This record gives sequence, C-alpha cells and structure tokens, in this order.
Amino acid sequence: MRSEAKPPRRGRGKGKGMSQKILMCGNEACGEGAVLAGCKFYAGYPITPQNELPAYMSRRLGEVSGVFIQAESELAAINMVFGAAVAGARAMTSSSSPGISLKQEGISYLAGCELPAVIVNMQRGGPGLGNIAPSQADYFQSVKGGGHGDYKIVVLAPASAQEMFEFTYHAFDIADKYRNPVLILGDGLLGQMMEPIVIKPEIKNPKPDTDKPWALTGCKGRSPNIIRSLYLGDGVLEERNKRLQEKFKNMKESEARAEMFNLKDSEIVLVAYGSVARVAKAAVSAARKKGIKAGLIRPVTLWPFPGKVIRETAGTAKKFLVAEMSAGQMVEDVMLAVNGRTEVDFYGRMGGGIPTEEELLAKIEGLV
Amino acid sequence: MAKSKSAGKKHTNPPAELIFRRPVSLRDVETHYCAGCGHGIIHRLVCETIDELGIREKTIAVAPVGCAVIAYDYWNFDVTEAAHGRTPAVATGIKRVRPDNIVFTYQGDGDLAAIGTAEIIHAANRGENITVIFVNNGVYGMTGGQMAPTTLAGQKTATTLAGRSLRRDGYPIKMLEMLAVLPGAKYLERVSVHSAQEVVRAKRAIKKAFKTQVEGKGFSMVEVLSMCPTYWDMTPIQSCDRIKGDVSTFYPIGVVKA
Repeated sequence: MRSEAKPPRRGRGKGKGMSQKILMCGNEACGEGAVLAGCKFYAGYPITPQNELPAYMSRRLGEVSGVFIQAESELAAINMVFGAAVAGARAMTSSSSPGISLKQEGISYLAGCELPAVIVNMQRGGPGLGNIAPSQADYFQSVKGGGHGDYKIVVLAPASAQEMFEFTYHAFDIADKYRNPVLILGDGLLGQMMEPIVIKPEIKNPKPDTDKPWALTGCKGRSPNIIRSLYLGDGVLEERNKRLQEKFKNMKESEARAEMFNLKDSEIVLVAYGSVARVAKAAVSAARKKGIKAGLIRPVTLWPFPGKVIRETAGTAKKFLVAEMSAGQMVEDVMLAVNGRTEVDFYGRMGGGIPTEEELLAKIEGLV
Repeated sequence: MAKSKSAGKKHTNPPAELIFRRPVSLRDVETHYCAGCGHGIIHRLVCETIDELGIREKTIAVAPVGCAVIAYDYWNFDVTEAAHGRTPAVATGIKRVRPDNIVFTYQGDGDLAAIGTAEIIHAANRGENITVIFVNNGVYGMTGGQMAPTTLAGQKTATTLAGRSLRRDGYPIKMLEMLAVLPGAKYLERVSVHSAQEVVRAKRAIKKAFKTQVEGKGFSMVEVLSMCPTYWDMTPIQSCDRIKGDVSTFYPIGVVKA
C-alpha cells in the first residue's frame, strides 16, 4: 500500500515562499493536483492500478470541505460527477481501462451537455479483464471518441509523477474553459511509481471556485437553467452539433502540445508518449552516443494530436519510429501526419510488456 | 411537439376570490403527454407542492429518460437531464455539492426499476437527502409499450403479446417494499392518481416526501400508480378502473415506511 503519503502542509519546508518537494506515487500526485486546482468532488469505484488515488482523495477532500463518494459502480461514479458538474463544482473521477469503458456513456453525456469534468485513466492490460500491468491500449478509445456521438475531449498524457500533478492541476482549467471533459491518460506504471514532486509556492492553496452562470444553483433572481443534450426538433441537433464542432476546432487549434528532445538534425525520429517516452528518451541518448542522429517527439496532448510538429519534421527526418505499449494505435495518427512523405516504423509491446531501452536502441540501429 | 401558449379563454372579470390557479412552478404550455396519461396530474402535484413549500427558487430537478424526458419544458425551475437510470446518481452529485438546495428525481418504472436499479438502491442506502417521484404505469411508454419490470403478470405489452409470463419474464417488482429494509430510506409511500380522492392523498404524500428532505431527514420516495391508456389499450376511464382494481391490488396504496 502506498496510500500513506502525507498531503503537503503549509508552512513546512525551508521557509515561506519556497517550493515543496514531496515523495509521492503518480496516483497521489494526481490527487494533490486536483485538490490544489479546487476540485471539490470525487466519486470512484475501486480498480487496480489506480486505488491510491481514491484513497488519497478520501482523506484529502475532507480537509478542503470537499465531497468523496465511493460509488456502487463506475456508471454511478461518472454520473455523480455529472451531477456535481451540473451543480457547478470542479469534479473528478478516476479508474483503469475496464472501468473507463463503463464510464464512456457518461463522458458522452458530459460532452453533449457541455459540462466540465476531469477523468483519469491509469491504463492496464486488456482486452477484457486483461491484467493489472501498464498498457497504452486505450489510445483509440481516448482520442477517437470512446462513447457514442460526435464529440472530442482533451487528452493529456503525463510521463512522471510531477506531470501527474501538474497536468491534473491544469486539466480543470481546460475543462472549465471549454465546458468539456478532459482526460488524463496515464498507465499503471505512472500511477504506482514513487517520485519526488515539486509544488511551487504560488499554487500551495486550493484555487477558489470559478463563476459558472450556467450551473444549476436554484433559480433565485434569474430564469431557470436547463442542462440537456436532447434536441428533438427538426434540424435543432444538427445546428447544436455544428456549434460543438466549432468548439472542438478551437480546442484543436489551441491545445495541442508536444515535447521535443534532440529533434534538431535528427534523422531517426522516435514518437512516444507517457511512460514509453521516458524509455524512448534514454534510447535516443544512447543512440546519440553511438553517433546516430536520433530525436524524440513526445505528444503531451494526444487529442488534439500535435500533428504539426510531426508534419514539419517529416520533411527532414529519414525515418520515424513509433513506440507504444499497444499493438499500434498512436502510430496511425503519426502516419496521418507524415502523410506518406517518409517511412514510419513501429515497435510495440502488449499485455504488460514495457519496451526497454535496449529494445528501442536495437530498433533504431536497425533503421540506420 | 407543440409548445405554443395555451389558447384558453381568459376571464374578462377576475373572480372575487381566487381559489385555484396554475402553480408558478408549472409552465403555461401544452404537454406532449397522451390523453388520459397520469404524468400531467403528477407534474401538477409536484409543482403545487414546490410552490406551497416556497422552495421553487432553490429546487433542482433531475429529469429521467422515458416519457418525462422533456419535463424541463414544463417545469419552471432548474432542471437537468440524466442518462437512463443514472438519475439518482446525478441527484447525489448535485445534492452533495449543494446540500441547501432541494433536489428531486422524477423517474419512470424502466428508469428506476430496471436500468437504474443499482442507483436507486444505493442512493437510498446512503440515505441521500433527496426526494424521488417514481411513476409506475407498468409499461415503457416512450419506446412503444414494452414490458416494464413492474408489468403485472398476464399483462399484454409489445414484448409480451400473450401476456407477461412469470416463467419467461420473471415477477413484477415492488420497489418500495424492497427499499423499505434499508435504514437510509426514511419515507416511502405508494399512492395513485386514478380518482380525485387518490389525487388528494397523492398530493399529501408528495408534500410529506419533500418535507422529509427540507427537514434533512434523508431519502424519501413516493411511488405513484399512473394510467397509460395508450399502451394499456384502454380508455382513460377503463385505465382508472384498472388501477383501482388489479394494479392497486398487487401494489397496495399506503405508507410503506415512515
């Protein structure tokens, strides 16, 4: 059990205004990021490998007058989050792959009703019950629309406990900005691994509640608010969907992010996200030592996909190598961005297998 | 679904003493409900209650998926939709975030007793301080009159053309009696709207349920036996008689828990 990590205390550390460094697992770092972002509501259902997160929230939310509910199911949990979002609270749920499948109906409703919420998926092996080892096999589900209907959600891919903290912290702002769900896509490795995280002094206190005039608060002093995704009138839903697509277009233009590592002059360009990006980084460094001009593009947002930097790099790079803990999912988006201008190779491990530095280095050497 | 203003005759001279009017909580619009349907009566009873308790401006309702799916077109207070059956989970999220608001769900028998069985049981078991109006008419009206979990044995529906077979389709569910064993459920009553007398009793029960929440006592639920002439293949009067007979014989009217 790693749920013993203490939440950071104010006034501790080397002095006022100093950053705090705390050892936490990724799941707990995610929880602390949520609390400091002003999250006031968490509902979830136990599933490995994300259990440290609800355990952390069950203790920490009480300290900030928040609400924690262990729900009867994933369906109930996502819909409790729906209700909390309806009422204007910053709300979050988390799970791992099979549980996230159950939440897809609710995510579609959140998007359809334009409600902000943060959903965390610490992916495990699938399909079916699979196993509890790290995986990246939920990429398609996350970025291509896991539920029914035309909708998009921002998908953030952290690669460390520090980023589990920071990305979750910012995810609530992105969700509120667009009135749309945001997904944190991690994996069992990121969730369980303990690493030091640094909390900057300026975000030591939970954010205040944001003003949401559309929320249901009781109609005192205004006309009633209605939250709905049902539009039966002839052509009404089409018009609404056009407006939603405009919003998704704005998200696509504004939110795409990627980290570049040794990309300048690269002939072999690796593309990897999350845990695998860290292994890829080590493999790129090892390749450079051997005189191979290798670099890495690490998508930080999976939707919107940072296709622009890949498109630009495709003009100069000789070959792309996509590495994933899946049978090959993100590689399709890389190929779309490369658009046939250069060769795209793939290396994947499945069912709990994690690509090693040696495996990736051998693959890079094979491409030279 | 016309929602035009009702073109009812206006009094040129207001009556000396106004003793009956449309509740402020009920919008002055035509509804989509079929002739003889009970929903209109139940909507009105809920709205009268909200007016009388003076809670309209702090009420938040959760509409179901089913015949009452567009209840927000008829109610003059804050309303959200919910995914089919998840209604009590959505209400839980709202109430926990805003404990000072009055939160109620309005659900049919498919929403509450089939797809949402887990949600209603656990909301009651947590003792959520919400009110549930459960409309039991024994069929899926919105989708074309299929068998509901509450459909009586032998009752003909779109999916039980020869009548509900207990052997093939299982038994009709008595939700209130099931929930009564849960300590979190504080006020449970079954009423009907098949006669003027029963409508008055239904109103009293709905008011008690809302008061249970106002007083912070915990989970309250009123099951309302309601007519569906369209999918019972009966006239409105025959439908009322059916509730008075077979339906209320199987689902006894009265307080189940208080």
